[in-house]
Amino acid sequence: MSGFDETTRTLNFDAPNSYIGRSVTRPQARRLAQGRSHYVDDMVLPRMLHVAYVRSPHAHAKIVAIESKKAAAMPGVVRIAAGADIAMVCKPYVGVLTHLAGMRSPPQYPLAMDVARWQGEPVVAVVAASRAEAEDAAEMVDVIYEELPAALDAERALDPAEPKIHKEFDSNLCFRRVVDTGGVDAAMKDAHLVVEDTIHFGRHTGVTLEPRAILADYSRADESMTVYHCGQSPHMMQGIIASRLSLDEHRVRIIARDVGGSFGIKIHTYGDEMAACALSLMLGRPVKFAADRYESFVSDIHARDHRVRAKLAVDREGNMLALEIDDLTGVGPYSMFPRSSGVECNQVLNLTGGPYKHKEYRATGTVVFQNKNLMCQYRAVGHPIAIAVAEHMVDQAAAKLGIDPLEMRKKNVVPDDAYPYKSPSGMRFEALSHQQCLAKLFEIMQYDELRREQSELRKKGVHRGIGLSCFIEVTNPSPMFYGVGGARIAAQDGCTIKLDANGSIVAATGVTEQGQGTETIMAQIAATAVGVEMSCVKVLTGDTDKVPYGGGTWASRAAGIGGEAVLQAGLALKRNILEIGAVILKTSASELDIVDGKVVKKGTEQGITLAELARICYYRGNELPVDFQPELIVTRHYRVKDYPFVFCNGVQGCLLEVDADTGFVKLLKMWCVDDCGRVINPKLVDEQVRGGIVQGIGGALYEQCLYDERGQMLNATMADYLVPMAAEMPDIETAHVQTPTKTSMLGAKGAGEAGTGGAPAAIMNAVNDALRPLGAKVTQQPITPEVVLKSLGRV
Amino acid sequence: MSAAADTLEISLTLNGERVKRAVPARLNLADFLRHEMELTGTHVGCEHGVCGACTVRVDGEIARSCLMFAAQADGCTVDTIEGMSDSRELEELQSAFVLYNALQCGFCTPGMLMAAQALLRDEPDPSRERIREYLSGNYCRCTGYQSIVDAVEAVAKARKGRSK
Repeated sequence: MSGFDETTRTLNFDAPNSYIGRSVTRPQARRLAQGRSHYVDDMVLPRMLHVAYVRSPHAHAKIVAIESKKAAAMPGVVRIAAGADIAMVCKPYVGVLTHLAGMRSPPQYPLAMDVARWQGEPVVAVVAASRAEAEDAAEMVDVIYEELPAALDAERALDPAEPKIHKEFDSNLCFRRVVDTGGVDAAMKDAHLVVEDTIHFGRHTGVTLEPRAILADYSRADESMTVYHCGQSPHMMQGIIASRLSLDEHRVRIIARDVGGSFGIKIHTYGDEMAACALSLMLGRPVKFAADRYESFVSDIHARDHRVRAKLAVDREGNMLALEIDDLTGVGPYSMFPRSSGVECNQVLNLTGGPYKHKEYRATGTVVFQNKNLMCQYRAVGHPIAIAVAEHMVDQAAAKLGIDPLEMRKKNVVPDDAYPYKSPSGMRFEALSHQQCLAKLFEIMQYDELRREQSELRKKGVHRGIGLSCFIEVTNPSPMFYGVGGARIAAQDGCTIKLDANGSIVAATGVTEQGQGTETIMAQIAATAVGVEMSCVKVLTGDTDKVPYGGGTWASRAAGIGGEAVLQAGLALKRNILEIGAVILKTSASELDIVDGKVVKKGTEQGITLAELARICYYRGNELPVDFQPELIVTRHYRVKDYPFVFCNGVQGCLLEVDADTGFVKLLKMWCVDDCGRVINPKLVDEQVRGGIVQGIGGALYEQCLYDERGQMLNATMADYLVPMAAEMPDIETAHVQTPTKTSMLGAKGAGEAGTGGAPAAIMNAVNDALRPLGAKVTQQPITPEVVLKSLGRV
Repeated sequence: MSAAADTLEISLTLNGERVKRAVPARLNLADFLRHEMELTGTHVGCEHGVCGACTVRVDGEIARSCLMFAAQADGCTVDTIEGMSDSRELEELQSAFVLYNALQCGFCTPGMLMAAQALLRDEPDPSRERIREYLSGNYCRCTGYQSIVDAVEAVAKARKGRSK
């Protein structure tokens, strides 16, 4: 029984046969575990060619000449193309959103035209019969550069003496925004205590284990382009490729099969991918581009790289009165298309201090261009910055006042009964549960016991730290995120669901799977809505020819938006099936229900199976009344209407040990209490939280794209760029509070980014908690041993 | 002579079958398996021997196929995820990986399973710390590792229970 009440239009998610809230395993996991995956680089098409790129070795250089005769004569080489050649078939793109007022970025071409603006920018494409031959020939291409002075340091980017990256602009400014409630200065002046700090966040990147890849197959016969893309947003890519290459959009098909990790990295417009599509169009043959790891490091978007000055004013009791931040971030030489590189800074302004009830807030955000790789949206966009800044300041104030950090938070969070609530930055929160989450964290951490243990160990010279972070997370964005700014990125999503002739259910959804378990939870929702076993449900994703138009999977939107569309489609299909059942069983639909794949009279087991019902509809229509046409396919769409975003929230805890002699930080344990609304699959939510936390740990302790003074990335290999490995990672304990959103029947908020957003704050607070008795403090991430030792004055 | 034209005859036992091929001297084993033998379950993540995604078994020991030339596999017995799945050697670990959701995107999984199988062969009763340490040569960017440790630990415990 699906437990849907037609009168109240509510679904009983606890009904005996409901799959909602059950940790079912992922059907496709077995296929992946057997190595039977279909990543783009696994694919081979007839007459397929490979493209390799000559990339700029300079951060900023004029391209004086390109000599490619020798390369063109190499074995297997089919075509060598420079920026201007590609520009003949591919229009440039501009990565600005109009609702981020004043944002600017010049047109960007797939390959550098006359000037290369970051080390790693693709300059020449070499197409050959194999990747090895393309690389051999690429080495023989001679590009003559005239090196130009580079603008690298975001702090100096707006200095008139700095080199200007774009001649059409008067400065290296990309975007600036100020949020101001008006009373910050007065509140600071009258406050009992004002704490102040400047916090630096390093540049890091996604390091998807599967590098970016694309296989473009243009057919001159029917002027169609099929693109196998390792990405998160097939319809967005369809629009971009069609418009840039001047193709009919309906003749462009994007297929995203298995994706080997994405995390926001594979949702942008990359020149090397656009050029591969352009080359397929030019040659009329399939062209594959698969980035190697070096290319990933210098061309996959980077993220973070913020300097935030912050001030927090509190009263004598520790009540937060006013918060002020000034965020500066460098985003590379262009704003990334189509989502723009202003969003991370914009999020920092929107989200900082979001859990708390201070009234006054002023935030200045400055986004500047620089001659480094482009920066854009990576998992938990802006959240790690916003949360770490606020949580650091809360701890600084608490320490000055001698208040326990947990008490400080309990005192200052917006109470659970105060929602809906509007933050001083203008964010509207429907219903959050900071108090419940803090209470639960206190319990699962055994907080008092940890504090006792900590003080015992301190006597023995062991420096343990306990850190907390209250967080909010933007999920389920409405059209107010991108659509309003002119980007062709769908906020709505759809599901087409059908009853097949054998009685099975097929659901096609616009959201995508990159390993999170999207297809599994959609099958759980569809099975529950229709009233069948999950094994009868097949879910289709990742093919613009086969799924309803949708946004894909990003901003933790798949469960909340895609899931609601599946739920509504499933319920609509059920209504249709019951009407058909009523005709066949000569009763009324209201007397019937679907239980375990059978249409039955309510409260009985009498009826017919869906297989039998489908058989009659598809093969034996003669048995139905002449005026009755059964419809066994329905489509439903959903978008968030009542709020610009649906926020989720939670709290994390971290226990670690700092070695004051070596500066090493050893993570002992992490906890997360997460409220993502209705939990569809607890195991999958927990794994999103854990995986997310570990990516947050990466940014907080290990990961950084290091550049030298000439703009050369120094650690563009996996051997040199540190990502979290199994041995250093702690066990992570999770718990849930469920506050379903009323913006949908399903009530699901997102869960994909909470871990990454909250972890860096908890870790930095724990490190500072450990260092405090030693009179030291870190305000910089990643918190490397060197950073710790410097804070202790030991190096 | 260009590097690409310099080919060598090799013969090896690949997933239990005798294979003979002429391979370019510079071809690495990972590319040989993926491109020549169409065994795409072996993945290439870094080409530096760091990430572990390309881990295969050569003469019974796990090896980074991106750090070996195909020519070095001449006369060897090579096992990949495809062969070890078909033979059901990995079934217990694979089932545990599915049950514990010890994989998300699946790109690291074949290599991770190779490493886990080698660990349990040599050390049937590893602690969680030992599992974490042993698997540190295999990067996973999705799971955060805990579920992988859970899955490997569960298989070790199940085997121990049976051997009693």
